[in-house]
Amino acid sequence: MSISLEGGEVMRFQSFLSKLQLGEQEACKNGLIFFTSVQDRGFARNYPGDRLREDFQRIGELAVNPLGDRIINAFFPNEKQTLDFRSFIRILACFRPTAKDKTADPNAPEPINSRTNKLRFAFQLYDLDGDGKISREELIQVLRMMLEAQVTDDQLESITDRTIQEADLDGDGAISFEEFRKSLENINLEHKMSIRFLQ
Amino acid sequence: AEVMGRARSVVGWVLLTALAVLLCCPAALSSLDEEHPDSDTEHGESHGGNETGFHIVSFHWENVQTPYVIALWILVASLAQTVFHLSEKVTLVVPESILLIVLGLILGGIVWAADHTASFTLTPNVFFFYLLPPIILDAGYFMPNQQFFRNIGSILMYAIIGTVWNTVTTGLSLYGVFRTGIMGNLDAGLLEFLLFGSVIAAVDTVAVLTVFEEIHVNEALFIVVFGESLLNDGVTVVLYNVFNSFVAVGAGNIQGLDYFKGIVSFFVVSLGGIAIGIIFGFLLSLVTRFTKHVRVIEPGFVFVISYLSYLTSDMLSLSAILTIAFCGICCQKYVQANLCEQSIITVRYTMKMLASGAETIIFMFLGVSAVDTTIWTWNTPFILFTLVFISVYRVIGVVAQTWILNHYRVVQLEMIDQMVMSYGGLRGSMAFALVVLLDLKHVHEKRLFVSTTIIVVYFTIIFQGLTIKPLVKWLKIKRSQQKEPSLNEKLHERAFDHIVSAIEDISGQIGHNYLRDKWSRFDKKYLSKIMMRKSALISQDNLLSIFRELNLKDAISYLSEGERQGSLMFMHSSNDVNIDFTGPRYSVIDSSISAVLRESASDVCLDMKALENRVKSLKDQEEIVTHHTLQQLLYKPRKRYKLNYSRHKLVHNEGVKQDKEIFQQTMKKRLENLKSSKLGANHNIAFKNTKKEKGAKKKHSDAVPNRNLPTQSLALHADKDTQDVQPGQLIQENQGESNEKSVSDVEGHYDPSDGGISFLITPANNESDETRTGNSKSIPSPPPLPSPTTLDEKPISRKDDHVSQEDLSSEKPSRIFPSYLQKTWMQSYTSLENVESQVSTVSEHVAAQEESSTEIVLKATVDKTEEAKLNEDDHSTQLDREALDVKVQCAETLNEELEDNCPKDAALQEQKPLIIKDSKMHSAAAKRVQNRRSFHRPKPLRYPVLQKLGSLPVSCHIPPHSLEQEETQF
Repeated sequence: MSISLEGGEVMRFQSFLSKLQLGEQEACKNGLIFFTSVQDRGFARNYPGDRLREDFQRIGELAVNPLGDRIINAFFPNEKQTLDFRSFIRILACFRPTAKDKTADPNAPEPINSRTNKLRFAFQLYDLDGDGKISREELIQVLRMMLEAQVTDDQLESITDRTIQEADLDGDGAISFEEFRKSLENINLEHKMSIRFLQ
Repeated sequence: AEVMGRARSVVGWVLLTALAVLLCCPAALSSLDEEHPDSDTEHGESHGGNETGFHIVSFHWENVQTPYVIALWILVASLAQTVFHLSEKVTLVVPESILLIVLGLILGGIVWAADHTASFTLTPNVFFFYLLPPIILDAGYFMPNQQFFRNIGSILMYAIIGTVWNTVTTGLSLYGVFRTGIMGNLDAGLLEFLLFGSVIAAVDTVAVLTVFEEIHVNEALFIVVFGESLLNDGVTVVLYNVFNSFVAVGAGNIQGLDYFKGIVSFFVVSLGGIAIGIIFGFLLSLVTRFTKHVRVIEPGFVFVISYLSYLTSDMLSLSAILTIAFCGICCQKYVQANLCEQSIITVRYTMKMLASGAETIIFMFLGVSAVDTTIWTWNTPFILFTLVFISVYRVIGVVAQTWILNHYRVVQLEMIDQMVMSYGGLRGSMAFALVVLLDLKHVHEKRLFVSTTIIVVYFTIIFQGLTIKPLVKWLKIKRSQQKEPSLNEKLHERAFDHIVSAIEDISGQIGHNYLRDKWSRFDKKYLSKIMMRKSALISQDNLLSIFRELNLKDAISYLSEGERQGSLMFMHSSNDVNIDFTGPRYSVIDSSISAVLRESASDVCLDMKALENRVKSLKDQEEIVTHHTLQQLLYKPRKRYKLNYSRHKLVHNEGVKQDKEIFQQTMKKRLENLKSSKLGANHNIAFKNTKKEKGAKKKHSDAVPNRNLPTQSLALHADKDTQDVQPGQLIQENQGESNEKSVSDVEGHYDPSDGGISFLITPANNESDETRTGNSKSIPSPPPLPSPTTLDEKPISRKDDHVSQEDLSSEKPSRIFPSYLQKTWMQSYTSLENVESQVSTVSEHVAAQEESSTEIVLKATVDKTEEAKLNEDDHSTQLDREALDVKVQCAETLNEELEDNCPKDAALQEQKPLIIKDSKMHSAAAKRVQNRRSFHRPKPLRYPVLQKLGSLPVSCHIPPHSLEQEETQF
């Protein structure tokens, strides 16, 4: 923990850590490190209080990430403009690699970095209105972000149609979370949606 | 079935014996030659005086001996492979490599019996210069890059540390055992043992490939083992060279500096080899960019340049294997984007053919080479200990390294993975070739080393190769599934990549994703620009290609379905479905159609209906090619790839180059042609129907009933046509001349009286609709979306488009950095307020351009007779134009009907007009594409990435004229 905190702030973090849920704790350890590097990016003035949406938008790499805005929105749900450390860690915890625990307790609460939670994070990036379904329009928007400029609208639409058709099992013209999960059954999500140094 | 099987196996054995006999003949002949060379010459001399006449037929075995024997061996190997695969049961249990080795042993035995010398062995020269390069190139060219680089850390560790570990421990242990005296008296020192260790330590690429390809373990496991076997070459070569020279110098003369040199040479050899490979890979990519007009020799470049890279590296005594592997890895993306479909297939098949051919020969010769008494010496303890040591140290090495690696890997390598990895440490032909290369003068125990290597190779390939499959099954290793490409998976995977790299950005850590992101950006910005054809750049997106693939597959399955049923009538059976599908596309209705379709039609049919729409809407080069393939498929679906190999067919393909210009070729049209040839009569009505339907489809928002009067719907089309040109007006104006030229070019090539009008009638599209609504209502109604950001999206984009079209030169967006972006975003928000005023200027602008645009379009496309009339009417009202277009359209339909009604020479007649029409369609459609491009040029500032792309020069957004040029030339 190569972070220099003033006395009061350390205390805040200590009490903070003790309150964290399963899975968050581990991520938090590293979360502190992140905040150091985040400091370098001009976060310092807010440290260790809440983050502003602005701070995120100032990250250059994020600005050139096609899904950058969506991801920022994921950190700031419901049009909030601030983000506290706990929410931050909670989201990051999603991306911890899934560990193979031999003593799988069936009654244990689902870990925050479970496959379902990883998927849910991705799903909510698509599902703008939060109705639990990716509608055609929502998919088109995401595709438009992710495909390069050369793709024509027609192509975009037909790709969208095709994608929906492929995943849509109940034929309602939208992709529900269940369908979303089904369509990604073969993906090695633990590999794809994990960040190594969160381990 | 059993009888069949038995018959097959009998045939197989007969073939095999025939082969053996065949092989014996040249061997016997050659032995005859060798035994009685003198008698032959004597014979010739003694009869020399008499042989003054001209011989009609003479026998010159000695002239052709070498190539003849080589060809025969290759033939035998290939035939053997064919025979093995006649019986699936055998190849299921026994890997092909083992069968080949056994065959080699048998053949070697026969040759030995006939000849009493081992005339054919695997010489290092042949192996390194001719057999190995194709295999490694194949491995590199088809390397799953993403997987490879994702696991590069583990691979490097296994390849470098693992190999060194194996070499040193095996060498030292053997030496230790030797010192105890169990092995008897060997004339070898520590260095010799280490040298032997370096030969025997490396996991062999060829063996791993053949065995692992058959057992289908999951990708991560495969890539780790395979990558290791590929990359350890650098280490092996260095260790081998170092120890070899040490042995040559003698243990006493080695100085400390030499060890240092050895370490340095490792870096030079491996990194230098990789560097040369990358250079040649990019060179190759660059060359393929310019081979558009020499399609026939195009595939040759891939092989020649790769091979040159191999030789260059060998010349510089670098790791040639690394070189050619990286050459393949680097070039694959660009080559596949640059070459045309046929060339890609050619490359693919040729590469596979060469590689598997070389593999076959290698394994067979491994068998043949063993039958040679001169190389054998037996030393049981040495051989046994070698076997034990390589197995044990492999296991230890793998477990230890994996334990370290697992601390850093996202996906852990489990215990069972480690077992398979240890067990998959196969030794192969490389070791054999290297050990044969040893110099008997310095390495006095060469024969023992050779014999041991052969035993080790046989043991690993035969024993481990046979048992690894049951082992994998028993351990329940996660197998790789042969999954269909799925758009969803591709799309979401891409999204995940973006998400993960964004999270890394936010957390400020530089991880794998961050690097990958950086690389792909660098690639997009510089490399792709340099290496790829402009046309290829457009369609390089992965998602698009998957989409295309799926479409093609659907179409093929649909067609074969139709063929099976004997007629293609079934696709017209559900007309109401058709109507449904042409409904408004922006609404949710479209997606519910899939449900309707599911109920009303068969599965295949369902896909097809959807496909039709899509095929129509995809408008780029790749599609043309795919459609070209489809065209061949229509009649002979099974032979679509083989056709490319027939020399005759290739010529044919060149002859009808314009086929490739097929642009909006819908499946429907083609099917109708087929139908007319099959059924003959009642298709006129159907044809009109489809015309109408197509018309209706174009109008997404208006939702005009399908059964409109034809004139009405056509008029609407014509209307849209004129509108269609508007968005790209400025550029159109600038490029007016070139456009006209290219269009008239096309007309010059094809008979204009064939009626190229339909394409002008049809190409109305979404955009024209959008612009229309945009112009009339000044703000288009966006789809009902909840988020404010998305609501903003459309108006902004529209406004920006037009604005920066008006001052394109001044609006060169160059901000990539966040602070700038922040500012521009704010700008774009505030500018939203000005939309209305902007729109009005735009519509003024449009009005001003309208005249010239219609002139261009109409002049370029209408029949010559009509053209004059049209020019007169140029300034008349829009209504007049519509009427005229309707007239033209009617004439055109009539024309088509006439053509279709005389079914003489059905196949030929059908193809030709179609092609011509399509090629013209293409020119108009190209214009449309160009319109689009200019329309899209300044992307909404909401999307920084797109903005960035938009600011890039040339190839991302090709200047319209260059695009036009490229496509028409094509």
